[in-house]
Amino acid sequence: MNAFSPDITFDLATSPLRDLNEALHKTSGESNARRWRVLNPEGRHAVAVGIDAPVTVEIDGNVGYYCAGMNQNASVIIHGNAGQGVAENMMSGFVRVCGDASQSAGATGHGGLLVVDGNASARCGISMKGIDIVVKGSIGHMSAFMGQSGSLIVFGDAGEALGDSLYEAKLFVRGTVKSLGADCIAKELRDEHKALLAQKLEAAGVAPGSVDLSEFKRYGSARKLYNFHVDNADAY
Amino acid sequence: MTAHDSKGPAHALPQTLPRFSATFDPHTLSEIRRAAATGIYDIRGGGTKRKLPHFDDLLFLGASMSRYPLEGYREKCGTEVVLGNRFAKKPIYLKTPVTIAGMSFGALSAQAKEALGRGASIVGTSTTTGDGGMTPEERGQSQTLVYQYLPSRYGMNPVDLRKADAIEVVIGQGAKPGGGGMLLGQKISDRVAAMRNLPKGIDQRSACRHPDWTGPDDLEIKIQELREITDWEKPIYVKVGACRPYYDIALAVKAGADVVVLDGMQGGTAATQEVFIEQVGIPILSAIRPAVQALQDLGMHRKVQLIVSGGIRTGADVAKALALGADAVAIGTAALVALGDNDPHWQAEYEALGTTAGAYDDWHEGRDPAGITTQDPELAARLDPVKAGRRLANYLSVMTLEAQTIARACGKSHLHNLEPEDLVALTVEAAAMAGVPLAGTQWIPGKTGGY
Repeated sequence: MNAFSPDITFDLATSPLRDLNEALHKTSGESNARRWRVLNPEGRHAVAVGIDAPVTVEIDGNVGYYCAGMNQNASVIIHGNAGQGVAENMMSGFVRVCGDASQSAGATGHGGLLVVDGNASARCGISMKGIDIVVKGSIGHMSAFMGQSGSLIVFGDAGEALGDSLYEAKLFVRGTVKSLGADCIAKELRDEHKALLAQKLEAAGVAPGSVDLSEFKRYGSARKLYNFHVDNADAY
Repeated sequence: MTAHDSKGPAHALPQTLPRFSATFDPHTLSEIRRAAATGIYDIRGGGTKRKLPHFDDLLFLGASMSRYPLEGYREKCGTEVVLGNRFAKKPIYLKTPVTIAGMSFGALSAQAKEALGRGASIVGTSTTTGDGGMTPEERGQSQTLVYQYLPSRYGMNPVDLRKADAIEVVIGQGAKPGGGGMLLGQKISDRVAAMRNLPKGIDQRSACRHPDWTGPDDLEIKIQELREITDWEKPIYVKVGACRPYYDIALAVKAGADVVVLDGMQGGTAATQEVFIEQVGIPILSAIRPAVQALQDLGMHRKVQLIVSGGIRTGADVAKALALGADAVAIGTAALVALGDNDPHWQAEYEALGTTAGAYDDWHEGRDPAGITTQDPELAARLDPVKAGRRLANYLSVMTLEAQTIARACGKSHLHNLEPEDLVALTVEAAAMAGVPLAGTQWIPGKTGGY
């Protein structure tokens, strides 16, 4: 239990998930209930999905698939681990996983910020479309596959085929990268990128100066697969 | 063989005519030369062009001594259909079982999308978005709009999700089961690029697999999420390309679908490899009965509705699909033709593109003279959405009337009362695929005895 003082406490051991999500959907910027606590999620799927209000939801425990899916404007903090597709297709707002996240974390996200304090699994940031993702641990294989825009910042290592078929998403990895995917290349980390890193890490609550930005390596699209060409046939 | 005879033509030896190989026919030869010259596979739009067992190979028996017809213009023959009443709080009510299949803004012009919405709304049926998201034009003009949930998630957002009347989770389509989308750079205009969050002018690839779930067990959880986000209001469809219909439909039902959409290989695509279109998937005629069998085995026939598509052209096709057990059909290619696609009016321009009206399928190049499969503002402006929508509405009405005509002749007071026993097949192949007897016999290949 954390020190958060909620306006509403919702215990999933005694109340159905449907009631929680319905109540969250009825909240708006004008609602008095701005701080929600959810108890006993016990790995349930689709917890706190589809919120569109500037509320804070703290979840005490582990969640299943798609927690905070399609989030808009809300802050969802998971005091535990998250299953597959946490914050999938997030549009805006903030999602934090205090433990580890399973695969496809932040998949197809259009905006907002996802922070994973632990590790994320395979396909982290797959098909990302503007979301920013900060992973303080490591990420698995095929991460940022077909990433379109946004940034993926990893303090640890990346698995195989990072950034395969990448579009314009920006990838920063501090540790090792097992292998790069098709059309993903290492790029120079210039001052503008350090500034971007500093800005994203500050938003993620990382204390300024606590991380040496020059330790990150930048990866991006070589843009050679943007238009079909027969000489690239073995890359398709 | 050429023979020369000094005595002149009157005494020439008989000559054999030039003979093309059935294996290396002229089209095959041209494809080999094209491949050799370019080094890239052929890409085109549309569905399969090969001859396949189809609805044309079935006939209705009509009424006779033992069956009583309904009076053609006096006795009611219902056509309405309810879709999505398994779990959704707000099922869809359509006046006709002929719906408009998913086609994207990007593949089609904004005017074409608007026309589809207008035409569908006039006759009280639904239209469907495609890869690339929902445009205000089509939402505004579509009384009932199905929002596709595709692997790419281009343009996917919860605001549009809530504006939709139903959600269609797309796993595959008949033209390319197992394939992702493709929209070449010529059609990635500023607006299309912005909606898809991509650089302008690139050859856009859409993923073939969903990014955050794999397999039917995951799909069940994904559907639960979509229902939670939309407060269990919207019917959720699952669309599959026809390949293993019995198992695919059974698994879609298990995953919690309200409606399943089954698209045969005659179904069109905006663009993909010719080899994919012609070589992967099965004809819709062969897919309907196994799909219906799966629903019946689960006790879910008519509870989870089945929409079939791929080569539906006439009211007779509609009636045959429904008689085989479908609840509704979807049309794509036929709807585009009704709007004006491949119209002989533009023959000179089709010829300038090296083709002819009726055969034009380079939809991916974005140079459609009819202004439908293009993002070129000048070409797109050729299509008047109001007039084109009217043509589509007329065509949909004709299909519905034709299907009613057949149903009344079979003595049915609703299109859904048509049944396999109303049908016979003209070929052994069609008899086997549709599970109805060869005309004039009791023989259904693969089965012993009659019905």
